[in-house]
Amino acid sequence: MAEALLFYTLAALILGLGVMVVSARSAVHSVLFLVVNFLLVAVLYVTLNAEFVAVIQVLVYAGGIVVLYLFVVMLVNLKQAPERFSDPRRLARSGLVLGGVVLALIVVVVSSSLRAGAAPEGTLSGFGTPFTSGNTEQLGWVLYTSYLIPFELASMLLLVAMVGAIVLAKRHLGE
Amino acid sequence: MLDTVVIPLLKIAVLVNAVLVAVTFLVLMERKVIAWAQSRLGPMRVGPYGILQALADPIKLILKEDITPVKADRYVFTLAPIMSLVPALVVFAVVPFGPDPLYYIGDINVGLLFIISVTSIGVYGIILGGWASNSKYPLLASLRASAQLISYEIAVTMTLVSVILTTGTLSLVGIVEAQRESGIWFGFIQPVALVLVFIGGLAETNRAPFDLPEAETELTGGFHTEYSGMRFALFFLAEYANMIVISAVVVLIFFGGWLRPFPNIAWLGFLDLLPAWIWFVGKVFLFLYVFIWIRATLPRYRYDQLMSLGWKVLIPVAIGNLVVTGVFKVVF
Amino acid sequence: MLEITPLHYSLLSAALFMIGVIGVLVRRNVIIIFMSIELILNAVNINLVALSDQLQDLAGQVFVVFVIAVAAAEAAVGLGIIIAFYRNKETVNIDEIQIMRW
Repeated sequence: MAEALLFYTLAALILGLGVMVVSARSAVHSVLFLVVNFLLVAVLYVTLNAEFVAVIQVLVYAGGIVVLYLFVVMLVNLKQAPERFSDPRRLARSGLVLGGVVLALIVVVVSSSLRAGAAPEGTLSGFGTPFTSGNTEQLGWVLYTSYLIPFELASMLLLVAMVGAIVLAKRHLGE
Repeated sequence: MLDTVVIPLLKIAVLVNAVLVAVTFLVLMERKVIAWAQSRLGPMRVGPYGILQALADPIKLILKEDITPVKADRYVFTLAPIMSLVPALVVFAVVPFGPDPLYYIGDINVGLLFIISVTSIGVYGIILGGWASNSKYPLLASLRASAQLISYEIAVTMTLVSVILTTGTLSLVGIVEAQRESGIWFGFIQPVALVLVFIGGLAETNRAPFDLPEAETELTGGFHTEYSGMRFALFFLAEYANMIVISAVVVLIFFGGWLRPFPNIAWLGFLDLLPAWIWFVGKVFLFLYVFIWIRATLPRYRYDQLMSLGWKVLIPVAIGNLVVTGVFKVVF
Repeated sequence: MLEITPLHYSLLSAALFMIGVIGVLVRRNVIIIFMSIELILNAVNINLVALSDQLQDLAGQVFVVFVIAVAAAEAAVGLGIIIAFYRNKETVNIDEIQIMRW
């Protein structure tokens, strides 16, 4: 009961804030709603026994990436929103497309989960790492053993992205 | 019901009030200590030796007119001080004041990461406060402040990783217990990390000598120039609550939390007669005193010096410390 | 209704995903389009974490860690591009980002 109440409250807030993010007039307000949205998603992760992921979500998303967005929003400091150029016909078209995709998604999700029933033995995971609550240590273990190569690749990706971002944002390259 | 709802709520109420009262007296302590450092008396008028100044200041701020600039973004302007204060208070949820579950609200297995991540949310209050004022000096100050916070956060987090490597746990209770078992405070095992975290903490709380966001001579007052009354008081509370947080973290990780000095020497056992939380609070205030002492002593950095200190000195040293710790961990 | 199954999380995820897609298609401000993409990634993460809990398998959470890392890289490079573009054309309207097309 309490679990259901918590889930529905969180879900309603997450979706509502999501709508606010995409509909807010001012980009700064949009960023603010995004932060709160990410924090609530982190709470959702805690209810799903994923404390480490929840903390990482707050640390990296809410505390890092979104700050970057906020910086950029302030840096470009728009006089007027770009929406004044918007084309009503395109909005209608995209609305139609979206309705179709929503329908498809929900139908697929519902039908597949109804069809699945009990999962077949032994096909659930490649690495089979069952976990208990409070799994930070296990997660670290898995990350540095089974997923070592993807982990190193991710770190290379971050390094490349860092260099790329600096090169792109630097004002006078080579002068 | 009693154990899961009522008692935690009571603890939260007591703790939040304790922190806020501690902040008001911390302000008084700061003024007194700086006054003594400069051969002055400091506040003397309100109450004996000016002790009631700690009450007079909040009353003045509450009664003061609360002005919102006409061109400000009204909602964000109101929200910013709250976003600044709330993370500073939330952090205390995982700070243990003693070994017994009575002395902390929650001991979660990602405690240290929780503190790092929640304090990183505090930067929003500063950026948004400066932006929403719609005034150029606060905007400049807030951009400076947030750049400073983010830069030093990297160094501090990187340093804390090497501490986690030593303890093997992220739980704050677990970290202090590890110090009791090894019989030595981690400050002596990780002196480099201690210095790094302390410098990073000074920078993250925007304290002197890193108080550029509040450099009055350049910025007319910092990101809260346009704020007055209670909203200004919230920013003020947030800054001092963050000071307490940093001191508490340094004490917990490097100075044995609630442990008495020299936990390995048996004949000093009579020191345990003092309750654990008194040791903890005492050590925290010792560090707060060091914060104030530094402010009274050191001149302010220039902005480029600040940035090059963060990126070219602290972060490389933190990485070096991490590597050395890892090598020691593997070899011994 | 009162029991929360992975289906509920999947529906939540699908709905959030849709909100993100709507944002990408309808808004013209590049920065807000980027934020909508973050919403989409979050929707995927909710699904992964919920299924990781359901199947008692850490692989889902490991995936989320990687998704967050990739999102950080994407945000850094993407915002770098936006700044570089804004410096040249003084706009962040996606309809005006068309210098490849004359």
